[in-house]
Amino acid sequence: MTLPNRSKIEAKGVSVFYGDNQAIRDVSLNIDQDRVTAFIGPSGCGKSTFLRTLNRMNDTIAGARVEGEIRLDGDDIYASGMDVVELRARVGMVFQKPNPFPKSIYENVAYGARIHGLARSREALDAVVEQALTRAGLWNEVKDRLKDSGTALSGGQQQRLCIARAIAVDPEVILMDEPCSALDPIATARIEELIHELRGRYAIAIVTHNMQQAARVSQVTAFFHMGQLVEHGDTAQLFTSPREERTKDYITGRYG
Amino acid sequence: MNSAVPADERRRRLRQRHAAERRFRLAGAAAVLISAGFLLFLLATMVSGGLRGFTRTQIALPVDFAAAGLPLDPGQLEGREGAASLAGAGFEGLTDHAAIAAFGPHGARLLSDAAWISVRNAVRRDPSLLARRAVIQVPAASGIDIAFKGRGTPEAEAEVASLARRSAISSHFNAALFSAADSTDAAAVGVWGALKGSLLTMAVTLGLAFPVGVLAALYLEEYAPRNRWTDLIEVSINNLAAVPSIIFGLLGLALFLNTLGLPRSAPLVGGLTLALMTMPVIVIAGRNAIKGVPPSIRDAALAVGASPVQVVFHHVLPLALPGILTGTIIGMARALGETAPLLMIGMRAFVAAPPDRLTDPATALPVQIFLWSDEVNRGFVEKTSAAILVLLFVLLAMNGLAVYLRNRLETRW
Repeated sequence: MTLPNRSKIEAKGVSVFYGDNQAIRDVSLNIDQDRVTAFIGPSGCGKSTFLRTLNRMNDTIAGARVEGEIRLDGDDIYASGMDVVELRARVGMVFQKPNPFPKSIYENVAYGARIHGLARSREALDAVVEQALTRAGLWNEVKDRLKDSGTALSGGQQQRLCIARAIAVDPEVILMDEPCSALDPIATARIEELIHELRGRYAIAIVTHNMQQAARVSQVTAFFHMGQLVEHGDTAQLFTSPREERTKDYITGRYG
Repeated sequence: MNSAVPADERRRRLRQRHAAERRFRLAGAAAVLISAGFLLFLLATMVSGGLRGFTRTQIALPVDFAAAGLPLDPGQLEGREGAASLAGAGFEGLTDHAAIAAFGPHGARLLSDAAWISVRNAVRRDPSLLARRAVIQVPAASGIDIAFKGRGTPEAEAEVASLARRSAISSHFNAALFSAADSTDAAAVGVWGALKGSLLTMAVTLGLAFPVGVLAALYLEEYAPRNRWTDLIEVSINNLAAVPSIIFGLLGLALFLNTLGLPRSAPLVGGLTLALMTMPVIVIAGRNAIKGVPPSIRDAALAVGASPVQVVFHHVLPLALPGILTGTIIGMARALGETAPLLMIGMRAFVAAPPDRLTDPATALPVQIFLWSDEVNRGFVEKTSAAILVLLFVLLAMNGLAVYLRNRLETRW
């Protein structure tokens, strides 16, 4: 690996509480610009919660509270001056279950660009939609039926549509929360390929409960357990010679 | 195969289960049949009584305009001055004389009190009548009308028979039913006044209850924190939806008439009062529809950087709209059929002209039905049924619209 090692997001001492319940304990972790970071760990370990703190989607959950510091390009995203809408335009997100809007394929992709005023004319918007769908590897499959409903696509296509929707806003970071858990193996392989293609253009963090997937798509892996970051580092190194006993137990299938 | 249970025992249980399912199906079908039976009985009663209200008996009245010498200039019956000169021309006397001349000493009693209006309108349509004799179709008196439809007193039956011998009596579609308002003469009444009053009232109700109800539902679902106060508001709204309507009438009386001094009997006040009643229904329907929008759609919109207001107006509201509209229309249908609160704010007055403005005195369809059902004159019986049919038709149209909108706008995901 000769990739440069620039941090896009720096998290320091992050704790998350849901009411009295602490979901994340003192996690410090950087997301690199050019390397895909995978979060692995057993169910309920806090990996999705941590991911959702990175674009403040936890704000929508009543009683959720975040402590610590998360910086995007050096700016504290929990600072009072940070606009959440602006933040989410810079840090896009793809969810576990494909959730296209019940609108046309075109509208799904154009929506973000439209509300952020990224396209001044119909032609410019068409170009944004085409580029986003092309980058998401969906253009050739849907270019003749952009007016069809996004919900009429197959599961894998819907998920790529959601990726295209995130890309269309021109984000700097893309967060993926178990993006393949509802997909069949072929659609999963297609998404994994796509992650490879998108690497470098966007900083990417992906939550997965599938260790093979983490090994295939990521260069950095972070292992979470019971709300703690147990270990993180180079993916190949973490899977072949984990430093911590708990990591070893998990990747060898003792629990999880 | 479970060898622990013998085969005949298994068959017996199977039979029992099938019998239980058959019983349940029969009970369900019986319940549907009973309710359908009641509905059919209601409709059959209304239709058999009400259809007669849609026709009216007319008498062919020969009028000798030339001999009467009315003080009218055939060239100047247009506009405001024409109307004034027509009003002062003495058509009532002319009509009575013509009836006595044609049908004998009590000829005038064969005609409706409103017969002269038909004569006047005929002249307005065709001023050349003033120079000659003509036969004008005028509405029959209520008693004659009933007798011609086969339910009259013996005296009236005799009159009808003698008119029939002269071929001077016939039955026509009662167009006046859809253009006239209340009247003391059953032969001249119409539902238009009450229907228009109802429509104006509904317009006020919709204009107030829909935006307020939808905004309240949106706020409670999307913005309000969950705490003791919002629980209290939720309980109050559910309670309000169950409060008897007469109480809303009293509230309207106290608030709109006594405190704010708005005009009595006006569609404006009726609409405001019914809006108070309809709002909780819309809030409840709206909240349920908004709850039905999958959270994943909100997440998706937030994640591309939509602001909370954009999430609501671009995604949540359009997806919840079919449910909100259905609830609204059902609430409006309930308000349309409401009588008690309107009685309290004075919409039970005798109003002989359809209202033109929101502050004109008016009555509403269900109130009109209530008033007519109280009349002694037998001619009102069929008019009451006819008005009920009109009300049922409007309600049917509204509920049909609700179903249509739901199917049309519903999104599947």
